[in-house]
Amino acid sequence: MKIIKLFLIFFIIINFSQLKSDEKFDDLKNKILKNVRCLICQGQSVYDSESDFALSIKLVVIKKINDGLSEEQIYEFLKEKYGEWVLFDPVLNKNTYILWLLPILLFLLGGAIIYKNLIIKKNKV
Amino acid sequence: MKNKFFFITIVSFFIFCFIIFYKGLNNSNIYVPNVDNKKNIPIFIAKDFFLENEVSSKEIFNDNNFYILNIWASWCVPCRKEHSILMVLSKNKSIKLIGLNYRDNFDNAKKFIDELGNPYSQILIDEEGTLAVEFGAYGVPETFIINKDKKIIKKFIGPLNIELLQEIEMYLK
Repeated sequence: MKIIKLFLIFFIIINFSQLKSDEKFDDLKNKILKNVRCLICQGQSVYDSESDFALSIKLVVIKKINDGLSEEQIYEFLKEKYGEWVLFDPVLNKNTYILWLLPILLFLLGGAIIYKNLIIKKNKV
Repeated sequence: MKNKFFFITIVSFFIFCFIIFYKGLNNSNIYVPNVDNKKNIPIFIAKDFFLENEVSSKEIFNDNNFYILNIWASWCVPCRKEHSILMVLSKNKSIKLIGLNYRDNFDNAKKFIDELGNPYSQILIDEEGTLAVEFGAYGVPETFIINKDKKIIKKFIGPLNIELLQEIEMYLK
């Protein structure tokens, strides 16, 4: 009886860890697919699309994850094949620095204007 | 003075934005990957269409001549349109024409070849479309020129026509 109990506990633990790893795999796969643009239906991600291209990319991503490639390595592979635009999340480089820095600059500028006006108002009062 | 400066800054900002957006209107909003980048051919193993055995990229691209890889499918209407151009290209002895049958049904593909002729020296099967991804293709038809160093030197997206045939012949010279 004790052996059966132990076996059952062992069985449950094994299956639980298996489920966990499947979940991890799915999370990573979905994260990557949501960040890859479908080049056939260009407003959609590969995750949302059912085009032939998207179906092929899904298979390639699954294969690459199974081969042990990291998220970054898979992005690099896709970038090499289709260019930077294939990713929704652009990387900071010489072509995209305005895109990344402009909001920060505008935020700082807006903050400076508000701060200046407040100081002036305070001084006037 | 201060108001004038503020006014000029705001107007300049809007003019700047207008120019940027106006220029953007003329740009195509359909993204096409770069077609002129030189890239090495991927290393792969594929199934031969007729012999049904597995062949490696090394075995396929083993000769010291130019290769043209054409991605096609029987369900693709533009492929039918470009087939006559491929038949002309197949007569050129300085190149080897490789076909990559993309996400297709074997019987339909066979019918397509029987009906329109076989311009390819070898046809590979890409049932899942993953091989096309390795080549950086995203649809059918697409055609790649591969030089003697086994590098992809040019990619044509969409069906070939007479003008593109002349362009291909220029690359082969």
